[in-house]
Amino acid sequence: MATETVDTHAADAAHGAESSLSFHPMDQFIVKPLFGGDTVNFITPTNVTFWLAITVLAIIGLLVLTTSKRAIVPGRGQSIAELAYGFVHKMVEDVTGKDGLKYFPYIMTLFMFIVVANFIGLVPMAFTTTSHIAVTAVLALAVFLTVTILGFVKNGTEFLGLFWVSSAPLALRPILAIIELISYFVRPVSHSIRLAGNMMAGHAVVKVFAGFAQVSAIAPIAVLGVTAIYGLELLVAFIQAYVFTILTCVYLKDALHPHH
Amino acid sequence: MEGDLAHIGAGLAAIGSGAAAIGVGNVAGNFLSGALRNPSAAAGQTATLFIGIAFAEALGIFAFLVALLLMFAV
Repeated sequence: MATETVDTHAADAAHGAESSLSFHPMDQFIVKPLFGGDTVNFITPTNVTFWLAITVLAIIGLLVLTTSKRAIVPGRGQSIAELAYGFVHKMVEDVTGKDGLKYFPYIMTLFMFIVVANFIGLVPMAFTTTSHIAVTAVLALAVFLTVTILGFVKNGTEFLGLFWVSSAPLALRPILAIIELISYFVRPVSHSIRLAGNMMAGHAVVKVFAGFAQVSAIAPIAVLGVTAIYGLELLVAFIQAYVFTILTCVYLKDALHPHH
Repeated sequence: MEGDLAHIGAGLAAIGSGAAAIGVGNVAGNFLSGALRNPSAAAGQTATLFIGIAFAEALGIFAFLVALLLMFAV
């Protein structure tokens, strides 16, 4: 898919203004300074900063403003906030157990941030902050460090029992330990790339279909295709937030109860 | 036709997406056949279903990442 579009893009540049595809599917992921200029420093406000701020404001609006009245019969906003709270609370309780509920605020924060950022990224012309590995890697590394430190603090050296599969035959255990160790350190990589890759791939596909709409013969199919993919992306935006959160719960459970 | 070996490699990496599709289909299909045998136990296992799908899908995403790296970073 990317190969084809890049070639079209290059061909467009060669043929000049009369060409059809006027945008590149990956252009939407470019980080630009918000107030003009080219250089992006450590403190430059960029479009990422802007949309991250929008995300945080949206979460505050959803969770704080709608529930401030504390109506006994909840309105629409309060219903959504209560449903989200109950959903994550049940997830943490089911996967991690009662003693994992202590870490519920952190997991709720993660879930709300990712799901709202994913949904806001679906607004046309918006920037999808979670499509950047820089954003998701910070989230995943935070989870990884938290869980690892927590495991050692709670269990001491017994946490290493996570890598020593005591139910396996003794001869196999060193080999399994190496595999478990590798898979443990791959966790933050797959954790972050799964979210970023899904969001990036989905949004790129939407833009590729939108590019087909410029060929008038297949324009109706392309518009229907964009609509269908958009619906799929709504589903993916929620499922990826759910998957990220539930994997966090699984890792947390491993840290709290490291025995196989 | 323009391009170099990196583009061919990116195309080959896209095969990985198909492999991930097989994996995800396996997980979901087996979940469905199990759920139809015992529907009352199915609701409690949806979390496991999504974890399984996520693990299968992650490797497809790795293939996609390799394709992206070949396209834009090499």
